[in-house]
Amino acid sequence: MDPKELIARRVAQELRDGMLVNLGIGLPTMVSRYVPDGMLVAFQSENGIVGFGARPPDGMEDPNLTDAGGGFISALPGAFAFDSSMSFALIRGGHLDMTVLGGLQVCAGGRLANWMVPGKLVPGMGGAMDLVSGARRVVVAMQHVARGDSKIVPDLTLPPTSARRVSLIVTDLATIEPTEDGLVLRERAPGVSVDEVVAQTAATLRIEGDVPEMRIAV
Amino acid sequence: MRKAIKVEDAAAMIPDGARIMFGGFMAVGTPERLFDALIARGAKGLVVIGNDTARPGHGVGKLIDAGCVAKAIVSHIGTNPVTQKKMIAGEMEVELVPQGTLAERIRAAGAGLGGVLTPTGIGTVVAEGKQVVTVDGKDFLLEPPIRADFALLHAHEADYHGNLTYRLTAANFNPVIALSAETVIAEPNEIVPVGVIPPDAVRTPGVLVDHLVERRR
Repeated sequence: MDPKELIARRVAQELRDGMLVNLGIGLPTMVSRYVPDGMLVAFQSENGIVGFGARPPDGMEDPNLTDAGGGFISALPGAFAFDSSMSFALIRGGHLDMTVLGGLQVCAGGRLANWMVPGKLVPGMGGAMDLVSGARRVVVAMQHVARGDSKIVPDLTLPPTSARRVSLIVTDLATIEPTEDGLVLRERAPGVSVDEVVAQTAATLRIEGDVPEMRIAV
Repeated sequence: MRKAIKVEDAAAMIPDGARIMFGGFMAVGTPERLFDALIARGAKGLVVIGNDTARPGHGVGKLIDAGCVAKAIVSHIGTNPVTQKKMIAGEMEVELVPQGTLAERIRAAGAGLGGVLTPTGIGTVVAEGKQVVTVDGKDFLLEPPIRADFALLHAHEADYHGNLTYRLTAANFNPVIALSAETVIAEPNEIVPVGVIPPDAVRTPGVLVDHLVERRR
């Protein structure tokens, strides 16, 4: 399976009926494809809508109905639109059950860096700092290794997005839960051994008993 | 009751160096005609305040392409390589503000508040030089209000009292910036007779709007 699809399918297992969820641009957006059958999840786009759906067919797009990346979306029955102030009240105020974001690095303390690489890439934080500070659960969806370097590191070398410890890290190799006592290896990807995960992780992982294979929807 | 003005006349009110708040999220719900008119009159040294700098050739990105902007106070520039290039070359200043914080700092200015306390940015570069206030054991950053000389709004419908409606995700920063600028100029798609917009449907009250731009002819 494509690594990104694997990550998206695993993150989808974190969805629960009735949740309000915000998905970041890119890989996290793929999670919406794998909502378990019969489950109702409302997706928020921080530019101002809850309850959006897939891009409409060509010729049926509405220029006033887009996601945070500017891509065309649709509105599902029951959707509601609002301004930026309300949007971030939902995000910061404890009303958003879960956010799924991409990551550049997560450290042993569970802190996320995902908004800039000094001297190279300064896109800006957009809504990421509010999302990480405010959502009830923060799930980081990212590849385990980038250009040969582990993205799970002892200490962040990139500027953090928030002081807050994220709830879960899902990669193409493992599911890792940051806790008060450090990073706990919860699951390994299909066909991947614990030793391989440990070898590809720069930070120390805690291993508590048997580590089961990842649960994914197929 | 007021008359709608020509877009060129609106642009002529805005001097070089003005601080301008603009509506729009990736150029959706953004006052494109006002931007075009500012470029046509050769505006210089503007400080633009809004969500993002869109893409080259779109929305506020056009002002940046044309060299009208000295500084952008925004949450995101990742989709506009021209902004990044000008920032690195020192031709333009960029101040990055978390999106929710930007909305509330703007709202605070127009709501008569001395700032906002937010958890966003604690433990990051955003907190540098800012006061931390502890409330009920939780730390918050004290973020100051942001005001502007002008707010340039895009709306779906306006009436001749200046009452405004928006459509779907085209509202974004438009309602909040209407509160926080000395002069508020709205560029609606349509202007309808007073009474056509039901009171409950008004999203931005006309009392906040100083000028309406004529609809596109």
